[in-house]
Amino acid sequence: MAEKKLMKGNEALAEGTVRAGCRFFAGYPITPQNEVPEYLSWRLPEVGGSFVQAESEVSAINMIYGAAATGVRCMTSSSSPGISLKQEGISYCAGADLPFFYANVCRGGPGLGNIAGAQGDYFQSTRCGGHGDYKVFVMAPDSVNEMANFPRKCYEVAYKYRIPTMVLADGIIGQMMEPVEFKDPEIDVEKLPKLDWTLGVAGSRGKRIVNSYDLAEDMLEKMVLARVEKYKEIEENEVMYEEKQLDDANIIIVAYGTAARVSLAAIKMARDKGIKVGLFRPITLWPYPKKRLSELGDKVKHFLTVEMSTGQMIEDVQLSLNGKAKTYLHSKPGGSIMAAEDVLETIESISKKGAKEYATTK
Amino acid sequence: MQLLNKRPESLVDMKMHYCPGCSHGIIHRLVAEVMDELDIRNRTIGIAPVGCSVFADKYFNCDMIQGPHGRGPAIATGLKRTTPGAIVFSYQGDGDLASIGMAEIVHTAIRSENITVIYVNNAIYGMTGGQMAPTTLIGQKATTCPHGRDAKLTGDPIKMSEMLATIEGAKYIERTSVHTAPNVIKTKNAIKKAFENQINNGGFSMVEILSTCPTNWKLDPVKSLKYVNDNMTKVFPLGVYKDSKGGE
Amino acid sequence: MPEIKVDDSKCKGCYICIEACPKKCIEISKEFSKSGYYPVKYTGTDCIGCQQCARICPDLAIEVYK
Repeated sequence: MAEKKLMKGNEALAEGTVRAGCRFFAGYPITPQNEVPEYLSWRLPEVGGSFVQAESEVSAINMIYGAAATGVRCMTSSSSPGISLKQEGISYCAGADLPFFYANVCRGGPGLGNIAGAQGDYFQSTRCGGHGDYKVFVMAPDSVNEMANFPRKCYEVAYKYRIPTMVLADGIIGQMMEPVEFKDPEIDVEKLPKLDWTLGVAGSRGKRIVNSYDLAEDMLEKMVLARVEKYKEIEENEVMYEEKQLDDANIIIVAYGTAARVSLAAIKMARDKGIKVGLFRPITLWPYPKKRLSELGDKVKHFLTVEMSTGQMIEDVQLSLNGKAKTYLHSKPGGSIMAAEDVLETIESISKKGAKEYATTK
Repeated sequence: MQLLNKRPESLVDMKMHYCPGCSHGIIHRLVAEVMDELDIRNRTIGIAPVGCSVFADKYFNCDMIQGPHGRGPAIATGLKRTTPGAIVFSYQGDGDLASIGMAEIVHTAIRSENITVIYVNNAIYGMTGGQMAPTTLIGQKATTCPHGRDAKLTGDPIKMSEMLATIEGAKYIERTSVHTAPNVIKTKNAIKKAFENQINNGGFSMVEILSTCPTNWKLDPVKSLKYVNDNMTKVFPLGVYKDSKGGE
Repeated sequence: MPEIKVDDSKCKGCYICIEACPKKCIEISKEFSKSGYYPVKYTGTDCIGCQQCARICPDLAIEVYK
């Protein structure tokens, strides 16, 4: 069994990235993700990698664009405003089919907002935050342990499909300490497969071009549509979610990250009062577990979305259910966390108005 | 009969899209000749910018990447740090390098990234249709300063070579021009030196090349060469601005 | 005797080679090229093979032979 360590979320993410083969990082300081660059500034040189504190987020993401083009596993991290600055570069990476990994340790917004944990960047993450038609593979950890282990999955998906991948965490997960167990053995970068599209020392092979443009008629459309096929495959194969206490539930809470943790506490309180509530936790926010939610909508008629925003993921819940069930929102934006007691109150009101009647008339 | 000027292998044999008299073609050829002469084509990665030379990724016969406006030096940093065995050059215009990409070029020089920058200064935005550039001369007309650039409103032209020469990490900085054949030869020598500096791990090098844009200057190509000589070289004097031996 | 050959498909008629030639042995052709320009051509005499024209040509349209 692997050794358990007590680690801070951001540091676990950084270490997990190195163990997953990352050898290049470029980033710019911003709270609450600073432990990521701080950790990598000494850790990457230890494994023969390179760390750059860039002059801005814009520069950082373009260093990543260059590094990703050589096939070396690379990473950048930031928090909300910094991720906004990186969007042009992320779009270029998506348009040039370059795999890389980044993390958004989300804080309160819009604008400078605050430095507390929040979930207001759901749309930015899942709806392609930059310009053009593209998708990013998004994983949402709800624990320090997941922070440690998700980078590996992100690299796997990134290289399998040649797309950008990200972890959408929040300031709370980034800052808290928990026991961590690195599930998989460290990746030996020397043994990673050789890629047939990377730039570098060409030797006898012909030239290669990495770009994201085509001005010839219909050609860009073809490029974009080819990517859509790839996205369909990802939606088919890479969806991840977790279900808790759904067997007898007549209310399902849909929540990710910190909001899922709070929801679990609320579920326990509700069950103590005899209300049958369960948790559906999307782990991949794109691709979203639409199919599974739709199946659940055949059995359960009340879905409460709990999120630390004004209500962004609820749109995906509604799209997935497509009118099959009633949807409710418990929202707490602005970098504050909902109290489990308040979520319980929402559960109780749904139960009084709807779920109980539904349960009795069934 | 012997052919004296063989087309460089480092340039793909295709027609370039540049306007008649545009200096980009000359500069492309010089970079390619240098790659041939130093035998580095098979390990060079070039960065094509946004602007008229965006298609440089097709023209140079080495690995190429096209990136966002102004970010060439940052891309070069990522390429070079992950592939130290490669020779990396960033090809940039004046809007790219001296306006939107100012932070990138300055900090890449500060870190003395071991790369080569080819900076083509034609004092105007070409591809977007002739808008004022950071290097547009005082009095020079552009579509966004139709009455001529006025220092009171827009400041003076930026002198990148002079500015970057003040940076410790900038190891070789020279400004040349391609408005006459002898100047073309000088430019080639400067480009060669900038690549040699990189091969010797000498740190950051940049060659600023004064260049023409007959289309947007609204001058014929021959008059454009004269404009470089009579006007541009007065504001942007040619010469070596920094030559400090770095490297191993 | 040295001479130059102009590739009509590449010449865009900018004529800066004419300006650069020290012997003034390049002239404008009267034939319209397929690319839509009046390309340059060698007058047929006086070329010294100095390559100044080829050095300044932006389109690699001139070959110099000796």
